Amino acid sequence: MPEGRKTYVHRFSRSERAVHWIHAAAFFVLLGSGLVLYLPSLAAIGNRAFVKDVHLYTAIAWALALLGVVLFGDRKGLRRTLSDLDGFDLDDRLWLQRHPTKQGRFNAGQKLNAAVTAAFAVLFAVSGILLWYGERDTRFRFAGTIVLHDGLMWISLVLLAGHLYLSLIYPRTRHALRGIVRGDVELQWAREHHPKWVQDVLASTQPSSEDKAEAQARG
Amino acid sequence: MEIERPALDARPYGRRTFLTLVAGGLTSLVWGPPVWGVARDVLLPVAGVLPPPLAGLIRSGWRIYSVTSIPHVDRSTWRLKIDGLVERPVELSYADLRAMPRAEQVTDFHCVTGWSVANVRWAGVRFRDLLAVARPLSTAQAVGFFSGDGAYSDSLTLDQTYLGDAMLAYEMDGKPLTRPHGAPARVVIPEMYGYKGVKWLNQITLLDQPFDGYWETRGYDRNAWIDHRA
Repeated sequence: MPEGRKTYVHRFSRSERAVHWIHAAAFFVLLGSGLVLYLPSLAAIGNRAFVKDVHLYTAIAWALALLGVVLFGDRKGLRRTLSDLDGFDLDDRLWLQRHPTKQGRFNAGQKLNAAVTAAFAVLFAVSGILLWYGERDTRFRFAGTIVLHDGLMWISLVLLAGHLYLSLIYPRTRHALRGIVRGDVELQWAREHHPKWVQDVLASTQPSSEDKAEAQARG
Repeated sequence: MEIERPALDARPYGRRTFLTLVAGGLTSLVWGPPVWGVARDVLLPVAGVLPPPLAGLIRSGWRIYSVTSIPHVDRSTWRLKIDGLVERPVELSYADLRAMPRAEQVTDFHCVTGWSVANVRWAGVRFRDLLAVARPLSTAQAVGFFSGDGAYSDSLTLDQTYLGDAMLAYEMDGKPLTRPHGAPARVVIPEMYGYKGVKWLNQITLLDQPFDGYWETRGYDRNAWIDHRA
């Protein structure tokens, strides 16, 4: 193994990583183009009609790409992950009250972040469609649409700052980045942060087909 | 990894969080604007310590809308054409405009998409003074406004342009208009929504009747009166 003596454990499937990076890439493009359209200090940048097209078509591409992963990706694995993210066991609930309980594949904070991100995605999409359609049919032009779309953006920026801090800067957690980039993480790190998950992995004898394919690809 | 977790005590907080946020967000289409109005008043004192883009956001609340990229207009070569049903078609320079009787006002700006800016300080020329230069014919009943962006236009009745707080503005908040706000001159008519305020104005045409402007051909009302909400 090129990584030396370290042992790695598979953490995120290709489908899961695709979902993450589609969302991340689209978010940055939408944020940049949205801010140019929105902030007076940036309004003079570029061709506005083009910036508006970038914003609109990125949003459409984002939705289609996510749909594509769900349709053609490892749907079973995604569904398992979804149910993982949904359930908060006693350890999760205690963890949220700052007790250092053992965590599974996702800790309770990651589960909350996933739920918030998913809800925001839906709300961004709905308010975005209303902004677009309200220009065409004024019965769907509501005073609250812009407040919602803008508000989501500002809260998302705060959440993103926290997410980037934990994944890029904070020494104890930033190893997690490897999981979402390459798919695997150090076993030792996983044991510290997600002990219940490591237990499950080590106990499992039936890797899924995608796990197998990735293991083979890596030699 | 087909291990069934002994998660008998698991509670579906994930979906509850998701559904609560979606429901809260969708209903915010109704409660969002008044709540944001209150929150903004609370945040205003904090605005001073925030970096300029954030502070400006809370303090001013302007959004820049345009249907093209924002035009570059050189004030020294800019001309405002006044033509149509007039005795004497004219072309005014920026200096000509500044030499006309100056009017000032502090009015609120309301956008049809739901945002407002309170207490905007405008300076410019009343339409009565401006149009008088070209001497409108008695058949002139409406005024068409054309933007230097080449795409945007709108119209008002002649009487609407004579409202006491309508003007062709060249200053905003004590400074010459900036490009995003319509430099060198824009229409201001506070009793109507902002889309009636043609920016980067370079042509005024007197007409016998108003026509549907850019947004009106796309479904907006030609008479964009603001129903005076709280």
